[in-house]
Amino acid sequence: MLAALVALTDAACSGPGTMTSAEGPGAHRISLLSVGMFAIAAFVFLVVICFLAYGLFHRRPEGSGGDPNLNDHGGTRMVLLGGVAFPIVVLIILFVITLVALQAQAREDTGSHVFTIDVIAHRWWWEFQYPTQGIDTANEVHIPTGEPVLMDVTSTDVIHSFWVPKLQRKVDAIPGRSNEVTLQADTDGTYLGECSEFCGLQHAHMRFTVIAESSDAFDTWVADQQKVPVEPTGAALAGQQVFLGSSCVYCHSITGTNASGTVGPDLTHVATRTTLASGTIPNTPEELAAWIQDPQSIKPGTQMPGSALSPTQLRQLVAYLEGLG
Amino acid sequence: MATATEARLEEIWAEEPGPVSWFTTGDHKRIGSRYIVTALVFFFLGGLEAALMRWQLAQPGATHLTPEQYDELFSMHGTTMIFLFITPLFTGLANYLVPLMIGTRDMAFPRLNAFSYWIFLASGIFLYAGFVVGAAPNGGWFAYPPLTGPIFDPGINMDIWSLGLIFLSISTTAGAINLIVTILKLRAPGMTLARMPLYVWAMFVTAWMMVLAMPPLTYANVLLQLDRNLGTHFFDSTAGGDPLLWQHLFWLFGHPDVYIIFLPAVGIISTVIPTFARRPIVGYPYVALATVLTGIIAFGVWVHHMFATGLPPLGLTFFAAASMIITIPSGVQIFAWLATIIRGRKPVVTTPFLFAIGFIVVFVIGGVTGVMFASVPFDQGVTDSYFIVAHFHYVLFGGAVFPMFAGLHYWFPKITGRMYNETLGRWSFWLIFVGFNLTFFPMHVMGLLGMPRRIYTYPPDLGVGGLNLLSSVGAAITFAGAVIVSINAIVSLRTGAQASANPWGAATLEWATTSPPPHYGFASIPVVHGRDPLWEQPELASDLTLTDGREILGTTVTDAEPEEALAMPEGSVLPLLTALGFGGVFVSLLLGSVPAAVLAGLMTLAFIGAWTWRLGGVPA
Repeated sequence: MLAALVALTDAACSGPGTMTSAEGPGAHRISLLSVGMFAIAAFVFLVVICFLAYGLFHRRPEGSGGDPNLNDHGGTRMVLLGGVAFPIVVLIILFVITLVALQAQAREDTGSHVFTIDVIAHRWWWEFQYPTQGIDTANEVHIPTGEPVLMDVTSTDVIHSFWVPKLQRKVDAIPGRSNEVTLQADTDGTYLGECSEFCGLQHAHMRFTVIAESSDAFDTWVADQQKVPVEPTGAALAGQQVFLGSSCVYCHSITGTNASGTVGPDLTHVATRTTLASGTIPNTPEELAAWIQDPQSIKPGTQMPGSALSPTQLRQLVAYLEGLG
Repeated sequence: MATATEARLEEIWAEEPGPVSWFTTGDHKRIGSRYIVTALVFFFLGGLEAALMRWQLAQPGATHLTPEQYDELFSMHGTTMIFLFITPLFTGLANYLVPLMIGTRDMAFPRLNAFSYWIFLASGIFLYAGFVVGAAPNGGWFAYPPLTGPIFDPGINMDIWSLGLIFLSISTTAGAINLIVTILKLRAPGMTLARMPLYVWAMFVTAWMMVLAMPPLTYANVLLQLDRNLGTHFFDSTAGGDPLLWQHLFWLFGHPDVYIIFLPAVGIISTVIPTFARRPIVGYPYVALATVLTGIIAFGVWVHHMFATGLPPLGLTFFAAASMIITIPSGVQIFAWLATIIRGRKPVVTTPFLFAIGFIVVFVIGGVTGVMFASVPFDQGVTDSYFIVAHFHYVLFGGAVFPMFAGLHYWFPKITGRMYNETLGRWSFWLIFVGFNLTFFPMHVMGLLGMPRRIYTYPPDLGVGGLNLLSSVGAAITFAGAVIVSINAIVSLRTGAQASANPWGAATLEWATTSPPPHYGFASIPVVHGRDPLWEQPELASDLTLTDGREILGTTVTDAEPEEALAMPEGSVLPLLTALGFGGVFVSLLLGSVPAAVLAGLMTLAFIGAWTWRLGGVPA
């Protein structure tokens, strides 16, 4: 059965959250440990099933067995060998490989990192601050491929958990505490991140994306994120007026404007992101318009209220936001 | 000779027919049956909640349920199955069986026993009232603050939950104390601790664990109530509190609770397997010792629920080691069952035996994945994904519900006096076995594919749609199996063959009396000389009939030497009134009315006073 599990998992390796097709050293370690332990587990299971099958089906002479002799030495030996000695051997192996993996993990987290990203979990989105680079972004985190980055994880409200299945173990985001974990991807790519601690109504829609890219591409991204958006023109300028004149500014920031709310994601470069509402919908003008108009129908319970903008205002606002590259 | 004695005993122990005794009975058999039936109703409700969740999750992006409804369903599913179904069910079974298995006539404190049941019923209704008023608990069965604190969950949902659990813990604790005293003081002459049936050992350890594990839970819930309703900040990090305090307290209860659920189950298996393998269990002292050790080590493993919270790695290794070591006692038990089957006669295959074998298969799967969770890095990888949902259902459904079905079929003839239908029994076993594995095995894979637990929907591109559909189909098959069990029970109650005193040819004392047992349990108190009295002693009757009044025999703690005849109380309505008084206190607290709570508290005290006053030297 466990062999079937491994086979099934291999067959399904294409999924975006498949832990066993690891793409980073952290997840590799867990994956390796899993394979070792699944093998041991399958062996233990088979041993028990063999004993059970023998017990159920072995032929015994008519009327034999069932000796109510309380000093059944053979049986007692079976209990002590199978129930004590056998597990002790297995557990020692398990404990040693656990310690080795745990030590490697501790070494990774206390080793050197290229820079730190502050991960701040909110209900229900992820904020990523790059103190070294002076960047504040949301739901999409860029890292240079092959380099260890330290993620400093905390929360502003309830407990969440930061998890990139293909790259690393999960670590809880706990208000008032900060937990560190190393994030590193071996190959360029886009990796799924998820909240894995129940955090209320929209726990299901609290995803993020990790984009690992070459250091050149990463540097370009950093430079773009550091820019102040160019002054909008035409419909976008009107959209900026809509934005600044509405309740948007209480929750969102856009560098270069008076909008400096901190409740929702920073929108300075919102157009560069691939998804909206923490991985709930793709970032297209249509979806963005629908989201602004009635977020509660897309993500029931989200902190973002709906709006009563006219179609023209909405079109202008979307033009403005989609221009924030 | 017996008839005159029996008539006299019947006169002493019988209760008045009619509705009055419904509210006053202290008969452990009636109370045990009530516990079982009530717990099964909660099992059905918890199953219904699971079915709704599987309906919602059968396809990606489904909108059958709102997020709020889904959260309430999984919160109440966990709370129901843990607190209102399996623990009370095993308490009820023990209530019925332990006095019979140790050869006495009732539990040590019949009125306390009635009180425990009423509190259980009342707190169960209290917890379910959330659905009626549209504010069911919604913070998960382990209710981590600050999500469950006053800021993020301001409704009464979690007040119902935490007050309900404090309320219920009164029942659990009282029931456990009753079991401990019963087992220590009322065993039949000759039943030394070393001859006690393994089921009784299991319940003895379980009862101690209940007494010791409930306080951290109650304490945590009191703190949560203070945070929620009196503005304290125990779990609020913005004011110097710590949300991890809750997790330590909760799991200091929560992990022992896993064994509070599991040990009664292994007690059942250690009873059923020797009966059908037709020989005494192999390695009795090791199994008894393993039971005790499990009960002790269980209190030292709670941090393995918190491996992802960022505690220091060195500390985690201790809890990893403890969590690995606790598998050794389980290993001893598994090999004791295997050795018993191997060295017994050709097994008699019946429904209870099938459920016992099914239990071994699924429990070993849950066990090996359980050991993997002791490995810290692996745990940090898969925890809070569907892998852990798969694991704990293998351990709890596999490890407790299969044994429960084994036990319910096994003792059905004893409790009802009728045989169940073997054909239906086999159908239900195979449906449940196949359905269970189909439901939960794919969840391991879903977890490895990155599906977090407790999400009300998932996107198609996660690649888990097919597995989820498979799982939902499995759930429907499991449900069908459970329905067949109920049909079997209802049909057999009416038309099943009359059960003899010992239809299985079993060894323990409950089979020495008629099926169902008379009010007085045994006409004469059996005197035992070994671990398997019915196999070793063809003639059990003694001259200890205790016909002078409502009396049971008290014996010494370790050697079960007769000490004295203990007078037992008649039934009383006071336990019910006291339980209602407590109910008044908790309802008042829920409504935030201090004067009403004080009034109800004073009434409760008055009932307890009356209860104590009228005892007149008779045990409660």
